[in-house]
Amino acid sequence: MIVEALTRRMNAHPTDSHTMERYLETGGYEAARGAITKTRDELVETVKESGVIGRGGAGFPAGLKWSFLAPARPAYLVVNGDESEPGTFKDRQLLERDPHAMVEGIIIAAVANEVHHAFVYIRGEYPKPARRVQQAVADAYAKGFLGKGIFGGDYDLDVTVHLGAGAYICGEETALLNSLEGRRGEPRLKPPYFPAAKGLYMAPTIVNNVETISNLPYIFGEGVDWYKGLGHEVDTGTFLMSISGHVNKPGNYEVVHGITWRELIYGVAGGIRDGKELKAWVPGGASAPWFVPEEHLDLPITKDETGKQGSMLGSGAVIVMDEDTDMVAAAERLVRFFAEESCGQCTPCREGTTWLDLILQRVLHGGGREQDIDLLMDVSDNISVGLGWPPKQTTICPLGPSAVSATLSLVKHFRHEVEEHIGRGTPVTISGVSS
Amino acid sequence: MSWSEESLQRADDILARYPEKRSAVMPLLYVAMREDGYLTDDGMRQVAELTGVTPAQVQSTASFYNMYKREPVGKYLVSMCTSISCFLMGADDVLHAIEDEAGIPAGEADDEIGVEHAECIGACGGAPACLVNYELIEGLTPDKAKELVAWLRSAKPDVINADEMQALFGGKTSFDWGIREERGAVGPFPAFGPFGTADVNTDALEPGRST
Repeated sequence: MIVEALTRRMNAHPTDSHTMERYLETGGYEAARGAITKTRDELVETVKESGVIGRGGAGFPAGLKWSFLAPARPAYLVVNGDESEPGTFKDRQLLERDPHAMVEGIIIAAVANEVHHAFVYIRGEYPKPARRVQQAVADAYAKGFLGKGIFGGDYDLDVTVHLGAGAYICGEETALLNSLEGRRGEPRLKPPYFPAAKGLYMAPTIVNNVETISNLPYIFGEGVDWYKGLGHEVDTGTFLMSISGHVNKPGNYEVVHGITWRELIYGVAGGIRDGKELKAWVPGGASAPWFVPEEHLDLPITKDETGKQGSMLGSGAVIVMDEDTDMVAAAERLVRFFAEESCGQCTPCREGTTWLDLILQRVLHGGGREQDIDLLMDVSDNISVGLGWPPKQTTICPLGPSAVSATLSLVKHFRHEVEEHIGRGTPVTISGVSS
Repeated sequence: MSWSEESLQRADDILARYPEKRSAVMPLLYVAMREDGYLTDDGMRQVAELTGVTPAQVQSTASFYNMYKREPVGKYLVSMCTSISCFLMGADDVLHAIEDEAGIPAGEADDEIGVEHAECIGACGGAPACLVNYELIEGLTPDKAKELVAWLRSAKPDVINADEMQALFGGKTSFDWGIREERGAVGPFPAFGPFGTADVNTDALEPGRST
């Protein structure tokens, strides 16, 4: 079930997979060298054919995104390494252990989109990954793979590594662009500010996730047929899943789509720790509605099937909770994250996430009232009208509705636990965790 | 109010990496923190001067991001993750242990140590985890966290190195860290020379080199 493409080099060469020497010795930069001789149309077509979907969370086809780039120039490429979705730590591994794959991917993506200046935006809490990328970029300049006339040709490409400063919302691509312009990381209203039309400095801009970009050397180096042959017929290629919580073997695993949740949790991740029962899991980052074993354990892990079931694969973060988990406490902790990270522009999100958290805290600490469940639903409906999936937004970006996911999942699957907390009416101690 | 020659040189190098000066606001705010230990009004004015935006605009940006500290946070900033994956693995108990040992509640600092809770730091596979000056330790327990705080107080390391701390106080990691990382942090800001290349990287010093 575990495959090796993006992780092959780091698994085979644990001590030096991040170095230029090892990268070149394992075939590195050949794909980029080939790409600079091709046209934009050829390169975009190859990425479209490969079927690779964006790995940042939204799951948008990467080739299609590239094809939307407006004709004005200059255009920019921004790699989104602001990985901050709770449960997600895959980009950190790629940045630390194989930064040259991303740098090579940047060259390919830049040529394909007629970009001469690319940026890598790395979250501020990742200085070590940022240092590794910085070193990789410096080494690529020294080799002539970046800078003036790359690979001895006439194509110029500069890469700037930029560090964030602690704001989850900067993972939203228009917030990231504002941040890169030295502004508050507040998402821009869309339309008209889709980055491919008006992005960095109001110029056409492609924003791609680290993992998406790191796939490119493999797609161009090994070929589209090889890449498609690796994975699921629709969701092609491989997929890094970050598994955390109450499993025996948490970690990042490179898998292909189409395996079941049972295979992932009990096979790949070694099952639930201490022989406990599985209670629920978050299938795709903190923003994703929860899955429960009685309904979802034998479903295949694909974008479509997960969407049909009212959730998403998102950033590939699976957070597993065992039978001892207090689900009100888990929901509160998820909602608190969004309340803390709301940028504050939109009232439904700024106020709504905060009130959801306060109500959940009240329930958790023994002050819950009978009408609190209805109140949770009402506040949620004000953030995401109709409470459907995919969520409708009353806000500029999806952060607010993400807090609704955890709240709705709690009430839908574990309403009795909320009622128990309310009925008990006294503060409780959460197993293993003092609150 | 002017910065040191070194900081001004760094500012020039940073400004050269961006097509528009305004984009240098964030990296220059880190230079300002390195200059003064935390972000002062003078530091923000200097950033405004260098980037051609108003001091109010710099303050507006700085106030948005929680890694720009407007007050001293001690020599060692301990940021304990309390988001969902760390929470499920007992992070609240670890945070309480850190607060107890340091004698400082989260959100406060003495001259030596600052303690804060952090939202997800991307170490979920090695939960519970914390950062010291943004260098990572994974697989913590309450006891090990207390030892960590005591070590910071007694050893007073000049350079905070993640591999050293992980060996002394850590446990399970999110993934194989690979080769030892020699560089580390020299203050409560990320150890990253905010340049496009790594040829000048004085924020990240090797252990043993004094500041």
